[in-house]
Amino acid sequence: MPGWTVQEGRAVALPLENVDTDQLIPARFMSTPRSEGYGGFLLHDLRHDAEGQPDPDFPLNAPGAEAARILVTRRNFGAGSSREAAVYALVDAGFRVVIAPSFGDIFSSNAVNNGLLPAQLDAEAVETLLAACPCEMRVDLEAGTISAPGGAVGFTLDRVWRQKLMNGWDDIDLTLAHDSEIGAFAETRKRAQPWTWPA
Amino acid sequence: MSGRTTLDKLWDDHEILRREDGTSLLWVDRHFVHEGSHHAFAKIAERDMGVRHPELTFGVADHYVPTRGAPRSADIARMIATLTGNAERHGIELFGVKDPRQGIVHVAGPEQGLTLPGLLVVCGDSHTATHGALGAYAFGIGATEVAHVLATQTIWQKKPKRMRLRVEGALHPGVGAKDIALNWISTLGADGARGHAIEYAGSAVRDLSVEGRLTLCNLSIEGGARSGMVPPDAVTLEWIAGRPFAPEGALWERACEAFLALAPDADAEYDREAVLDASEIAPIVTWGTSPEEALPVTATLPDPARAETEAEARRISASLDYMGLGAGRPLAGTPVDQIFIGSCTNGRIEDLRSAAAVLKGRRAVVPGMISPGSSAVKAQAEQEGLDRIFAEAGLDWVASGCSMCVGMNGDLVESGKRCASTTNRNFRGRQGQGARTHLMSPAMAAAAAVTGTITDARPLLEGRS
Ligand code: SF4
Repeated sequence: MPGWTVQEGRAVALPLENVDTDQLIPARFMSTPRSEGYGGFLLHDLRHDAEGQPDPDFPLNAPGAEAARILVTRRNFGAGSSREAAVYALVDAGFRVVIAPSFGDIFSSNAVNNGLLPAQLDAEAVETLLAACPCEMRVDLEAGTISAPGGAVGFTLDRVWRQKLMNGWDDIDLTLAHDSEIGAFAETRKRAQPWTWPA
Repeated sequence: MSGRTTLDKLWDDHEILRREDGTSLLWVDRHFVHEGSHHAFAKIAERDMGVRHPELTFGVADHYVPTRGAPRSADIARMIATLTGNAERHGIELFGVKDPRQGIVHVAGPEQGLTLPGLLVVCGDSHTATHGALGAYAFGIGATEVAHVLATQTIWQKKPKRMRLRVEGALHPGVGAKDIALNWISTLGADGARGHAIEYAGSAVRDLSVEGRLTLCNLSIEGGARSGMVPPDAVTLEWIAGRPFAPEGALWERACEAFLALAPDADAEYDREAVLDASEIAPIVTWGTSPEEALPVTATLPDPARAETEAEARRISASLDYMGLGAGRPLAGTPVDQIFIGSCTNGRIEDLRSAAAVLKGRRAVVPGMISPGSSAVKAQAEQEGLDRIFAEAGLDWVASGCSMCVGMNGDLVESGKRCASTTNRNFRGRQGQGARTHLMSPAMAAAAAVTGTITDARPLLEGRS
């Protein structure tokens, strides 16, 4: 996955709290192989009415929203299941940044592992951005800022995650560089606490 | 220097190295995989990598398994077959559909003695916190992390903040672990413990059986915490002793000493403390579409007109609207269409016994399904005659699996139907598109079955064990 420093593009508002992973991608779509693309599953049951027709009032169905790269939403976004498919749905639909006052913990790690920035901002600043949507925004990872028509605000992000997003690091490669330490640790553990291996 | 918490002790014991930026590489003792792990297996296949420690990795079929007869669709059958294929390819022991050890991963793992105090346990499932009930540091991970654990038996983590949640005093009869959990989640919020590892403490937690502790830890994630733990004590050790994968003889004796040493030091410091009074907890039911939207069964539904902010008013209206409920009405008496008892939250033997205590000699007036948390729980329940109580009440006794908790196997609640459920998520559409879920304890779900409405189970339990 390539790293990135700046994202510029359309931002759309999803003014809801607690958008959980079951909303982001309903369970019935999760047996699909990733190669088929998950973008069409994003928020499927919120975007469509009972007959399966797109709901014209839903913000993501508005004209121009299909080009959006930035999603602005309310607290506790991505709570719930560990399903990484929730992140695949966002990424495959073109999103690179989600801005919210808080995120589900597992969702955040999954996001960073897939090049999607979970940018945390205080609730008031988020409300200002929500009001400005739809609009063009610029998100600068290195500077830690979001620029919208009304001005720029800083967001918080774990330092390690920032590096990871910018460099597009793959954890497996990083870890394999420590192969001998891991091997030695395993040996010591097996000797000192043999019960930690299944009987 | 102050003493160490249980999390501190476990963390120190698993840290292989710490990078300059503060991220630690941790050793993983147990890794559970299930049908949903297919993305992770595909990722290691893409890189032509194997599973580093298959002997520490265990597979369980649960999310897609049929609870009656054959899989409902070719897609569902394929998900189960993919897990079997991946387990075979990598030499991973699998508790497959026909295996008597099969069950929901968070029920079967502890039950088989695979989860022990002091272990670091991960699984690509958010309810992995369940295993913390035995004093393990257990948390759910995503597919990229699952692939990393398969390939390296390690995981990079930043240490979470330490939170102690004490529940002091005694619970009233008919009130249990599920009520404690929904109580604190509704008080602190669905993101109330975000960024924290919870250690549960206090006399009410000590008094819980291991089954109750598993339920309590299971729901940690619904309050935003990735993990929840109960420091090991005599109750823990007694529960584990003699389980199939648990150590035996002299090794067990040695292990027990190490296990008990995991209790927090008397002067351990936490980043955050919260206290609940057990005697104030009543049976709790969710009314909305987030686990934080929960109230005592004796309460009335919220009214958006009384909300403090406009955003809150809109949230309440949206939840009431989805749930088909009227503002300000009593929660008790709300008619339900069906009930479901099961899941990794409330599918254990004690849960079934407590439902049976309400159901015995009574008839359900709405349809319902009871799916035991594991095949072993199923066998035990049948030995105790619980299945007959359920059948005589007119409820369906089916095989073990995730079933109607998530509906992946096709056990779904129809759109617009209201289900009294012992599961863990009342999210919109969780049990099926348009389904309306009320979370509650097994006794409360049983009470809903016999009355056809949301009902306080306590009077129905009077004079019964
Ligand atoms: S029972 Fe429900 S919550 Fe538990 S593992 Fe299965 S799907 Fe997840």
